[in-house]
Amino acid sequence: MHTITVTINGAAEYLAVRSNMTLLQMLREELGLTGTKNGCEAGECGACTVLLDGEPVNACMVLAVESDGHQVITVEGLAEGDELAPLQESFIELNAVQCGFCTPGMLTSAHALLQRHPKPTEDEIEEAVLGNLCRCTGYVRIVDAIRDAAGSSASASGKGGAR
Amino acid sequence: MLARPGLPSFEYVQAANAAEVHSLMQQSGARLMMGGTDLFPQMREGVCEPETIVDVKHVPGMRDLSYDERLGLNIGAAVTMNQLVRHRDVQAHYPILAQAAHSVASYQLRNRATIGGNVCNASPCADTSPAVMVLEGVMVLQAKGAERNAPAADFVTGPGQTAIEPGEFLAAIRLPAPPAGAVGRYLKLGRSRLGDLSIVGVAVLGYPDPAAASGYRFRIALGSVAPIPLRAPAAEEILAANTPSEETFAAAAEEAMGVATPITDVRAGATYQKMMVRALTIRALRDVWAELAPGKGA
Ligand SMILES: Cc1cc2nc3c(=O)[nH]c(=O)nc-3n(C[C@H](O)[C@H](O)[C@H](O)COP(=O)(O)OP(=O)(O)OC[C@H]3O[C@@H](n4cnc5c(N)ncnc54)[C@H](O)[C@@H]3O)c2cc1C
Ligand code: FES
Ligand code: FES
Repeated sequence: MHTITVTINGAAEYLAVRSNMTLLQMLREELGLTGTKNGCEAGECGACTVLLDGEPVNACMVLAVESDGHQVITVEGLAEGDELAPLQESFIELNAVQCGFCTPGMLTSAHALLQRHPKPTEDEIEEAVLGNLCRCTGYVRIVDAIRDAAGSSASASGKGGAR
Repeated sequence: MLARPGLPSFEYVQAANAAEVHSLMQQSGARLMMGGTDLFPQMREGVCEPETIVDVKHVPGMRDLSYDERLGLNIGAAVTMNQLVRHRDVQAHYPILAQAAHSVASYQLRNRATIGGNVCNASPCADTSPAVMVLEGVMVLQAKGAERNAPAADFVTGPGQTAIEPGEFLAAIRLPAPPAGAVGRYLKLGRSRLGDLSIVGVAVLGYPDPAAASGYRFRIALGSVAPIPLRAPAAEEILAANTPSEETFAAAAEEAMGVATPITDVRAGATYQKMMVRALTIRALRDVWAELAPGKGA
């Protein structure tokens, strides 16, 4: 067992974890943060994507103990209280969600993208969500929603100028 | 759906320095780890069952990435694919390496996957291997109190096998300054356009060389089409001896196809792979030539 301290969605957590526990198991089974999904446990589907120190990683491919001393953001941490993030609003508005299984991973990947590139190009959007498989939507609406969120967050902060 | 069994049990230890790596490596059943993106799937499939996992990515220097005009590029073994893709000097002086690193898996995985893990796992389809080979990289192997350089050319000795001796670990990869005026291309064929293991990988580096009969030299390395990544020396000789032209490129690509010994597997047939070696070699040569000698045609 390892005793770790990790900041999850802004709050410090003290946990005892086994060496072979993945970050995905820790989030879902120890902390009940079941927004992060388990699709393949093989790094292939992206449903388990979370942000480790701001960068997306596949939580099924990271050991829980490796998060000691770091910051983790999950899909539960994107909204501000009851207020959904612009990205989440865009996903709802543009029907980018069907069964919803891929959505948490899509949102965390897209959130990190907008942090790196507030005005992403098509290529940058594609690169960001290429590791997130969706079996329902055909991706077009997801890409539209990300583009829409990039526009709305820029205009909301007043820095975007004319689109 | 039933829950997956997760990872088999093991003890995780983080090595703080090279001395700790060496003492932890002595334990029976110890296995080194950096991003774990090759290791964990192998453990889940029961291919390997380490008792102790030694995380070596925090050893000082393992994450360093630095460029010097004279010395070239020093890449710590635990430098991630995304670090390579983003680095200014890699983009400016070793774009072929940035292309190869960018072709690996997905953005998320590239935050974890390291170049050292890629070459040490020694899969024939490791995407950075052909690029490191045409850049004539050197593997820096760290034994207790001693360091040894192994040329990338014969680092991989078989599928999953490398020139690393017991008691050594990969500390860094050094790439010499590229030849003046060099242009490189890494072309990868996967089942999808991006983000899949390669079925064929072709790396070509070309540069002017007045000493060559053609005025140019080209280095070619192939991935995924033999038990180990390979250079294609006969193809390289044709290109040094003959003026670059469509005919020269076709003849060289034919030789490159000749060194490939792929096997039919679930992802592609052997004949298809051989033909794609030829096609991608020609394509890469054309691309490199167009940039090397703009307007000269071929
Ligand atoms: C979904 C998925 C997609 C992938 N797609 C690609 C792809 O497109 N192209 C590609 O090339 N690869 C791909 N891979 C494979 C893998 O991601 C890469 O090979 C990666 O670079 C491995 O690096 P790592 O740090 O994760 O290695 P690890 O898994 O940590 O280690 C790999 C091997 O090296 C050994 N090792 C680790 N550190 C050292 C050291 N310092 N010295 C000596 N030995 C050491 C380990 O014991 C292990 O055997 C994919 C993997 C997954 C899961
Ligand atoms: S569950 Fe982690 S990538 Fe699929
Ligand atoms: S909405 Fe069902 S997998 Fe994407």
